[in-house]
Amino acid sequence: MTAAITVPTTSSRPTARTVQTSVPVRDALRQITTLAWRALVKMRRNPEQLVDVTFMPVLFTVMFGLMFGGAISGSTAHYLPILIPGIIAMTTVTSCLAAGVQIREDMDKGVFDRFRSLPIARIAPLAGPMMADLARYAIASSVTITVGVIMGYRPGGGVLGVAAGIVLAVILGWSLAWIFLWIGTSARSVGAVQGMSMMVMFPLAFLSNAFVPVDTLPGWLQAVTRVNPVSHVVSALRDLMNDGAVTAQVGWALLGCAAVAAIFIPLAVRSYSRQV
Amino acid sequence: MTTQSLPQFGRSNGSSPSAIPAVEARSLTKRFGTNLAVDNIDLTVMEGEIFGVLGPNGAGKTTVLNMLATLLPIDGGEARIFGYDVRSQGHAVRQLIGVTGQFASVDENLTGRENLWMFGRLQGLSSKRAHSIADDLLAQFDLTEAAHRPISQFSGGMRRRLDLAASLITRPALIFLDEPTTGLDPRNRNQMWDTIRDLVAQGSTILLTTQYLDEADALAGRVAVIDRGRKVAEGTPGQLKTQIGTSSLRVQMSEAANTGAAVALAADLTSDTPVVSPTGSGFSVKLSDANQAADVLIALRNHGLDITNATVEQPSLDDVFFTLTGHESETPIPETEANKS
Repeated sequence: MTAAITVPTTSSRPTARTVQTSVPVRDALRQITTLAWRALVKMRRNPEQLVDVTFMPVLFTVMFGLMFGGAISGSTAHYLPILIPGIIAMTTVTSCLAAGVQIREDMDKGVFDRFRSLPIARIAPLAGPMMADLARYAIASSVTITVGVIMGYRPGGGVLGVAAGIVLAVILGWSLAWIFLWIGTSARSVGAVQGMSMMVMFPLAFLSNAFVPVDTLPGWLQAVTRVNPVSHVVSALRDLMNDGAVTAQVGWALLGCAAVAAIFIPLAVRSYSRQV
Repeated sequence: MTTQSLPQFGRSNGSSPSAIPAVEARSLTKRFGTNLAVDNIDLTVMEGEIFGVLGPNGAGKTTVLNMLATLLPIDGGEARIFGYDVRSQGHAVRQLIGVTGQFASVDENLTGRENLWMFGRLQGLSSKRAHSIADDLLAQFDLTEAAHRPISQFSGGMRRRLDLAASLITRPALIFLDEPTTGLDPRNRNQMWDTIRDLVAQGSTILLTTQYLDEADALAGRVAVIDRGRKVAEGTPGQLKTQIGTSSLRVQMSEAANTGAAVALAADLTSDTPVVSPTGSGFSVKLSDANQAADVLIALRNHGLDITNATVEQPSLDDVFFTLTGHESETPIPETEANKS
């Protein structure tokens, strides 16, 4: 070994290793993508985990379209431009609910003990699966749009508008997932995570303009739906996909997502670090 | 770009041990509610040794280890790993240690090779290098055939081996092994012992916990005996044995009727009170000197008291444990129960 000549003998000794005091950003990114890879492999080997982003959107789109179309818009065909963006937002909300349950299950497993004992960024085991989940949100909105098109939905925004809509849905999913991650890292059991997540998920999805015109609601409820970021995302999705228009609603939607992330990322990271 | 230089595989241990201890813990304390799980424990582990933490279930062994490995916050006292403070320099400490827990900490959804690759990537190896180290380790741990099988199909022994392999990817300077052989069959147990000895021969330092007295005896250069969160003794297995003294002579009489007379003779010749066996057909007596065994046996022969069997027994660590704590060490519990705790 030539190194032994130029370097003191202690250099081959573990104590003299160059020990880092923090994780460089580049290393942290590699760790996050490695753990995203792990989550994707898990998804591929347990395809039943994808039920909520494949069959659920089909079921919701068909069910809601046929049931409420006549009552709300006179016919299913007239209802689809209103409904599809609503369903996209709703399936995105329901599919990011799984993030909390998954992190809770993960944290109870032995492999998490090893992650904690490795010199990796503390955030990586949290951020890795979040990255893999982006695929889930993209699948959910694509399935919804496909079913809509089969039922007669003709998005006026064209391919670009639809693509922009999917991107927005993925952003919505990523930001809302931090709420469920916070629940997942604070609650003690999977059952508790599920119960609490449901209580958050239903108001988020339904106290919005996703399915019904807001002006039919009582005044106080209208106020609630206006502060719900999901409402703004639904409006933005309608503008993008139906009209191909980048309106102020798109800006409000992005701002809403950013606000949710700004509040819940620190909360989730804090309760996660407390447990690890 | 990472600045961490990874040591070579099979690093030589030619250099002399450094002055900085691998582990230095002072008044280590952990409280769970009102329960003092670890109570003022001091530990010093020098580089290159196998240090055993011995104690029954619930003695606080795993808690000590988890605190040293940055997995549990330290409530009182301080600990340093190669000079790095465990509390304030956790990230540095984690670069120097490998941890193998009681329960396999590998991913059930991945194959053996994928697991090792993932842990290699997480620790800064290139994809290619992570693959080649994974293959080396799989071969070294006799897991090549199972490399592409999911962990859920692994046997208990295979999981343990993979788990240990996963701790060795970056050849950590200090390896924590929490009950490395609990639940393994004798063959796998011996394999694990050989592996542990190999690691030390290659320059690693090992801190292991065990509830098996023979394991501490067979592997560890030094042992700390822990009972109910407190350290009750520390030393080499040999020192601990001398601490309670001596070997003992166990004699089986051919006629139980002669036991009384034999015990009287033995009592005269040794400074100990012989203990009559439960069946009354023999006795055992502690010897201050192994030569006393001959004295007792010659006296028995001279008095015409026939024996069927006589053995001189070394004190076991079981005796040590009993002497130190005043109670028996608990019988090792079966694997299924151990896995629940």
